[in-house]
Amino acid sequence: MAAHLSYGRVNLNVLREAVRRELREFLDKCAGSKAIVWDEYLTGPFGLIAQYSLLKEHEVEKMFTLKGSRLPAADVKNIIFFVRPRLELMDIIAENVLSEDKRGPARDFHILFVPRRSLLCEQRLKDLGVLGSFIHREEYSLDLIPFDGDLLSMESEGAFKECYLESDQTSLYHAAKGLMTLQALYGTIPQIFGKGECARQVANMMIRMKREFTGSQNSIFPVFDNLLLLDRNVDLLTPLATQLTYEGLIDEIYGIQNSYVKLPPEKFVPKKQGDGGKDLPTEAKKLQLNSAEELYAEIRDKNFNAVGSVLSKKAKVISAAFEERHNAKTVGEIKQFVSQLPHMQAARGSLANHTSIAELIKDVTTSEDFFDKLTVEQEFMSGIDTDKVNSYIEDCIAQKHPLIKVLRLVCLQSVCNSGLKQKVLDYYKKEILQTYGYEHILTLYNLEKAGLLKPQTGGRNNYPTIRKTLRLWMDDVNEQNPTDISYVYSGYAPLSVRLAQLLSRPGWRSIEEVLRILPGPHFEERQPLPTGLQKKRQPGENRVTLIFFLGGVTFAEIAALRFLSQLEDGGTEYVIATTKLMNGASWIESLMEKPF
Amino acid sequence: MNRTKGDEEEYWNSSKFKAFTFDDEDDELSQLKESKRAVNSLRDFVDDDDDDDLERVSWSGEPVGSKTRPGSFQSLSDALSDTPAKSYAPELGRPKGEYRDYSNDWSPSDTVRRLRKGKACSLERFRSLQDKLQLLEEAVSMHDGNVITAVLIFLKRTLSKEILFRELEVRQVALRHLIHFLKEIGDQKLLLDLFRFLDRTEELALSHYQEHLNIQDPEKRKEFLKTCIGLPFSAEDSAHIQDHYTLLERQIIIEANDRHLESAGQTEIFRKHPRKASILNMPLVTTLFYSCFYHYTEAEGTFSSPVNLKKTFKIPDKQYVLTALAARAKLRAWHDVDALFTTKNWLGYTKKRAPIGFHRVVEILHKNSAPVQILQEYVNLVEDADTKLNLATKFKCHDVVIDTCRDLKDRQQLLAYRSKVDKGSAEEEKIDAILNSSQIRWKN
Repeated sequence: MAAHLSYGRVNLNVLREAVRRELREFLDKCAGSKAIVWDEYLTGPFGLIAQYSLLKEHEVEKMFTLKGSRLPAADVKNIIFFVRPRLELMDIIAENVLSEDKRGPARDFHILFVPRRSLLCEQRLKDLGVLGSFIHREEYSLDLIPFDGDLLSMESEGAFKECYLESDQTSLYHAAKGLMTLQALYGTIPQIFGKGECARQVANMMIRMKREFTGSQNSIFPVFDNLLLLDRNVDLLTPLATQLTYEGLIDEIYGIQNSYVKLPPEKFVPKKQGDGGKDLPTEAKKLQLNSAEELYAEIRDKNFNAVGSVLSKKAKVISAAFEERHNAKTVGEIKQFVSQLPHMQAARGSLANHTSIAELIKDVTTSEDFFDKLTVEQEFMSGIDTDKVNSYIEDCIAQKHPLIKVLRLVCLQSVCNSGLKQKVLDYYKKEILQTYGYEHILTLYNLEKAGLLKPQTGGRNNYPTIRKTLRLWMDDVNEQNPTDISYVYSGYAPLSVRLAQLLSRPGWRSIEEVLRILPGPHFEERQPLPTGLQKKRQPGENRVTLIFFLGGVTFAEIAALRFLSQLEDGGTEYVIATTKLMNGASWIESLMEKPF
Repeated sequence: MNRTKGDEEEYWNSSKFKAFTFDDEDDELSQLKESKRAVNSLRDFVDDDDDDDLERVSWSGEPVGSKTRPGSFQSLSDALSDTPAKSYAPELGRPKGEYRDYSNDWSPSDTVRRLRKGKACSLERFRSLQDKLQLLEEAVSMHDGNVITAVLIFLKRTLSKEILFRELEVRQVALRHLIHFLKEIGDQKLLLDLFRFLDRTEELALSHYQEHLNIQDPEKRKEFLKTCIGLPFSAEDSAHIQDHYTLLERQIIIEANDRHLESAGQTEIFRKHPRKASILNMPLVTTLFYSCFYHYTEAEGTFSSPVNLKKTFKIPDKQYVLTALAARAKLRAWHDVDALFTTKNWLGYTKKRAPIGFHRVVEILHKNSAPVQILQEYVNLVEDADTKLNLATKFKCHDVVIDTCRDLKDRQQLLAYRSKVDKGSAEEEKIDAILNSSQIRWKN
């Protein structure tokens, strides 16, 4: 079902099976036929661990989305609410329960909180007078969801805001719990490295949880050699830049949600003769993107400029394969050809899809505005003109480009200048408020609090030092056959990944000075293993590092880490975990202030 | 416990005491779940006996007795979870409140551990301030936001806010959770009180200001914004807030007036270009555009005149020109466009000047589908020759392209352009005439 999860160095299907088992057990607890009422946000993440067929096997007959007023009719014994612990959702649930028709057949109500029960929510249900109506109120600790053979995410969209704006530790607690689950399944991780305030806290929580856990020793042979915890605010720069890998651009332009992307349907209409193009599909084309698809696995992490040549090569190979049919003469040959057909047709379908996607993306990347924007970004990242008002940004505001785009650029400039000069900052602020509305004062305040958009203090710009020491800007980038991670941004090497790379070799001692400039402490902890479980690495065997991004990670950073994993003499393979898969736009959006 | 009885009474009486409890009816069900955790090796850490606990002090000040040793309730929960699942199945009835597996004198530490498992737990026994604070500290040391919040709810209900604030001020983690919690439940009043107490004036001001987003009625919103003026914002923000108020005040006047004009049907501009939406709550620049569109010629004295807006809000020239240009171009009022860039010097000569650069003027005009003659006029005013050539080519201003090539003495480019114009057209003729001219010393 999810074979691609087991392709990697660490078999993440084990985790998937564990969470599936827990789900089945909960469903069986509510005996009889059931309907699930979904908090819509959860259906995406759940789709990654269970299909409808699994639910059906456990007598789930109907599914609804959570909405106000009365529940739709369903002739089932149990109604189960699958929800995140959010107060506003409790109000809706209460409405549902209270408007239940008393004359109809009695139905049993249950709540499954994901990923945690919340006392606050239950109190709200109690205040609304419905708490007693629920037979089962439980939690489903879906902390880390396997997305791919080397990728896990908590899909918690509020995590960055909670951690860095509100200093609320709840999502860090979940991260620590998720890491404990991983250790229960994959063995104790002997070494923990970290950089940043939140990283420090998660490590503390893990150590405390381990100390409190006095049950049987974990006797699983450790799969991970070490864990690297990284705060997103150690590297605020990377997500602001436009990702230039294939997958990164798909995400930037169309937004990948729970490994699915929705695309404009026009490009995906099969070309038929005599079709006057009458019935063009109006519904978006939905595609799943993960390494289960061979071609996608090959091109997802490439710089977009290197994708075209791969696609055309593939096209030649596939046409040649189909041409083979003319050469098949004997029954045996024909039989062999036919047996390969399904695979070939799948490959052709996949190629057609990605050719269409690449065309869609190319329309954007070849536009004048995209080029202008990229030029400005690259100037900022290489340290050019970061201390004065940028005319492209001014133009964007004047032409009322989307506010998120403007904010992203202004923040990028601020980060690349260790804060803007007060005059420059005030100018941008004024322009933004006058053009987009004064209420955005609140958003600007949030950005400032998160350190994304701020006045320069002490009149010192540290970015050049960081850039030079960590070699963040590479002039000679090879997009086709990369030799360095900087290919993912066509010149800029993501700071976060550079830190991981340098940790693995030669070690952080070489960059102490820069580490002191970057926010938060850096540290190392050891979790001792009983002698029997200590690993003796074979010569040439790579280490496995679990790298956890607290506050989110981008697809371009993932691509850069995969690039490092694949290096022949790299010595380290990475499994990536995060609170949320994100990009600059979704990130800024999560920090924007909306009405209560 | 060394607090005197009098003190304790004071804390007790100064609060509005309402106990925080959860129904315990589901307790056994959560226990049941514990036993079936998917990851069995990951049993909750909570029940595990921790030697330290024996040293904990209960609310009564006595060392925790044997009956409350964690070990004993562990066995209780073990017993429960061993019971077959079906005996708790809903059809057998809900054992509401029958089962109380909790003891009445758990230490703060035990209580927090139970809360962390999501189990029923009454906090009302923690009566003294010291006990309450110990409970809070236990919760904070667990890092579990859920539990911290539960304890904070209890504290919020049973302590007067002065004491709550004072104690949280020295407990930053708990304080941040309280702020988050108050934001979540929308208890704006207490939140503002808290910021006031903490002297976090800017947050106080912003938090108050944020409320305006929830007010739909424009009059009420305006009145509310008025209350924001003078709050302790940063200096720049203060000016913005004042502007926000003034803007909405203006918009309300303009809206009433224009709605009336529009429905009366006597004003040409509204008849020809009916308004698509109300101007209320629109940003300043949008309002300026609106006023340039509908009220361009009005005298400075009226609230709706563009000049008045420009003055009141100190809109920079650049911004003003851009907006006016877009509005007048949309109406195809080319005279107004022309006037916008015409300046007279003291000798009475006119001169064209654009604070935004003529290349931008051309872009905007083109966006509003200005005819070629108009475009051409402004493309010609672009100073940089390369930019001029690019724009002229892009917008098919043939004359400008041809003249510029001639001026640049760029024969190759002119030849290349010849292939782009229509055969036998006036443009082609013009090009040929230039190419054949012996007056020009081509550079290539």
